[in-house]
Amino acid sequence: MNKSVFFGAMTVAGLVAGASAAATLDDVKERGKLNCGVTTGLVGFAAPNANGEWEGFDVAVCRAVAAAVFGDPTAVEFIPTTGKTRFTALASGEIDFLARNTTWTFSRDVDLKFDFIGVNYYDGQGFMVPKALGVSSAKDLDGATVCIQTGTTTELNLADFFRANNISYEPVPIETNAEGQQQYLAGACDTYTTDASGLASTRATFETPGDHIILPEIISKEPLGPLVRHGDNDWGDLTRWVLYALIAAEELGVTSANVEEMATSTTNPEVARLLGAEGTLGEMLGLSADWAKNAIASQGNYGEIFAKNIGEETPIGLARGLNAQWTDGGLMYAPPFR
Amino acid sequence: MSDTHAQTVTFVRDTMLPQAAPPSTAQGPVKWMRDSLFSSIPYTILTIAALYAIFVLLSGFLPWLLGGVWTTSNIRECREVLDGARGGCFSVLAERWNQLLFGIAYPQDGYWRPTLAFILLFVAVSPVLFAAVPRKLLIVTLLYPFVAFWLIWGGSLLVPLAALISLCVGYLVYSKLVKTSFAAGLAAGVATAVFIWFIAGFITPGLSGVLALEEVASRNMGGFMLNMILGVICVSLSLPLGILLALGRQSSLPIIKLICVVFIEFIRGVPLITLLFVANVVLAYFLPPGTNFDLILRVIIMITMFASAYIAEVIRGGLAALPRGQYEGAESLGLDYAQSMRLIILPQALKISIPGIVNVAVGLFKDTTLVSIISMFDLVGMIRGPILASTDWNGVYWELWGFAAALFFVVCYGISQYSQWLERQLQTDHR
Repeated sequence: MNKSVFFGAMTVAGLVAGASAAATLDDVKERGKLNCGVTTGLVGFAAPNANGEWEGFDVAVCRAVAAAVFGDPTAVEFIPTTGKTRFTALASGEIDFLARNTTWTFSRDVDLKFDFIGVNYYDGQGFMVPKALGVSSAKDLDGATVCIQTGTTTELNLADFFRANNISYEPVPIETNAEGQQQYLAGACDTYTTDASGLASTRATFETPGDHIILPEIISKEPLGPLVRHGDNDWGDLTRWVLYALIAAEELGVTSANVEEMATSTTNPEVARLLGAEGTLGEMLGLSADWAKNAIASQGNYGEIFAKNIGEETPIGLARGLNAQWTDGGLMYAPPFR
Repeated sequence: MSDTHAQTVTFVRDTMLPQAAPPSTAQGPVKWMRDSLFSSIPYTILTIAALYAIFVLLSGFLPWLLGGVWTTSNIRECREVLDGARGGCFSVLAERWNQLLFGIAYPQDGYWRPTLAFILLFVAVSPVLFAAVPRKLLIVTLLYPFVAFWLIWGGSLLVPLAALISLCVGYLVYSKLVKTSFAAGLAAGVATAVFIWFIAGFITPGLSGVLALEEVASRNMGGFMLNMILGVICVSLSLPLGILLALGRQSSLPIIKLICVVFIEFIRGVPLITLLFVANVVLAYFLPPGTNFDLILRVIIMITMFASAYIAEVIRGGLAALPRGQYEGAESLGLDYAQSMRLIILPQALKISIPGIVNVAVGLFKDTTLVSIISMFDLVGMIRGPILASTDWNGVYWELWGFAAALFFVVCYGISQYSQWLERQLQTDHR
């Protein structure tokens, strides 16, 4: 009997969850704020500044969605999550949207019942070692101690890589990137492994970056992207096309500076559709016609967001690489706005 | 006889010698050094080695502390200014002190509110902690939880006021009826309090602007303020709960005893971090979506349960240490259970338990930093997350962790000193 009561309660909870999940956009509009999950802090991707305002590459995606829905990029409640709490926060409905440099994998998409809406950063896992170690390839790392963030795909990739090459390693589990950096510098591990973007930004903060090298092997594909709950396709579509609007804007030459002007005087029909001067794309998403214009005006296009937060002009200094537009040999490719 | 003596001796001193100071080797610093530092060859060697160690530590630490940089705007500028010289990059404290103390999202023009609540805390606890303070101040202690809630969380003053009124009326009803029957009094008191609180729930939202401070959501609490909130609330709640549990565990009523034993053993058998994960993650699945059961409240409940189980065991130790004769003496005086506990047993048992209780309290206060694991930005979470992840301060460790350690040390050392003073005060030469 107890069991049936328990399952009954679970079913009710499940039904209520399903019912509310079906109308995320309505919930968000009623609340007047987007609940957006971000990391507790990752250099360049999400961190609060001295005034407590969140800034970064992932944060910009959250703000763009809020700007598209409300016309106000500040209508976001940022909810910090760790690698362990992020999925429960999304599944339980505490957050509407998770932009937390999360790797798109089969099991997360299918088994955990999430929908990845796209990729905002193509990354891959690499290794950093002190030059003094005299290692030039990751395959020479037999028996090495490795600092590794727990609860992430990097942990699994590492095990796969070492098993495939038939060499051994000793993991030093860490919780955050900052901790990993500290452990690595203190010599607690021979090598630090995480996404190559993270390694580059970490190395940039060292006092003597020249003493450390990033090994040439990239042992995994890490397409990092925002995600939403399974089951509310309208909300998934909305967020997906906000992300694509940012990417398409770069390709079409729309920037935060010229978006107003383009909206009124453009001769390119796709730009006109994107910015709401023609067609009813906004209406189809359940938003106002200027949804994409608001998003781009507040955050800039994809290229601007990249340059402002993690690009070569910033201390982090990442090159576009795989994340360049497809026209420049990268992988950023937005489907047509039609 | 003295005459003959005077004539046979050639010299007799007829005045007292003035008192001379003891020789320099038998007094003052020299004697102290000879006795305690250089009394034998092995001691001398140890002293010199220790002095050298202190010198090495200070010669590294003092230039770092005194030569630190306070005014730059990021770590790269710090390194430029220092230019290889030894010195701390304390600019991070100068820029982010408010976030370390109050969290990232507390309104900046409202910092006076938690500060005032913090100062009032000392006024409120002083009559509880020091017998010499006038008893009238106890009124402040009773009002403090409501005032502090209003100051820190904001909103209309009417909400805590309604809670206060409902509690007072409930207590009045209880005290009227308790003479006839304890159970009836308690039930009627609780029912009245809940009823008034329920009625007030309809009135206060309409008057939300009355005496209102800007409202601050629980998730916007952070920094050392969050550690203090959790520590103070959980310690003060877990002490009475722990006493009840300890008494319940010794009770002769089997059901009460069973409940208390199961509760204590279960909670003590589970790590605090597990309870916190339950509060944060698992409860989120079971509660219907959209219910906003405050995260801080969930955490407070979990930490309080955890601490009360430990305090219950400490107090049970105190109860067990009392000689059997004390219980029998109380019974022979004709006191009932409540009277004998209140007047004879507990005062002695609690006195014995003071060191243990303080130990739990200090441990609990430090354990509040565990909430950083469930992504709350307490002092430690603030450092680990936002500050070390900002492009400006990524790589500053010693300065930040040193600051956190200093804050915790001051509070914990204070608690410990107070408990030692209290033990001396209550010393009645039993031992």
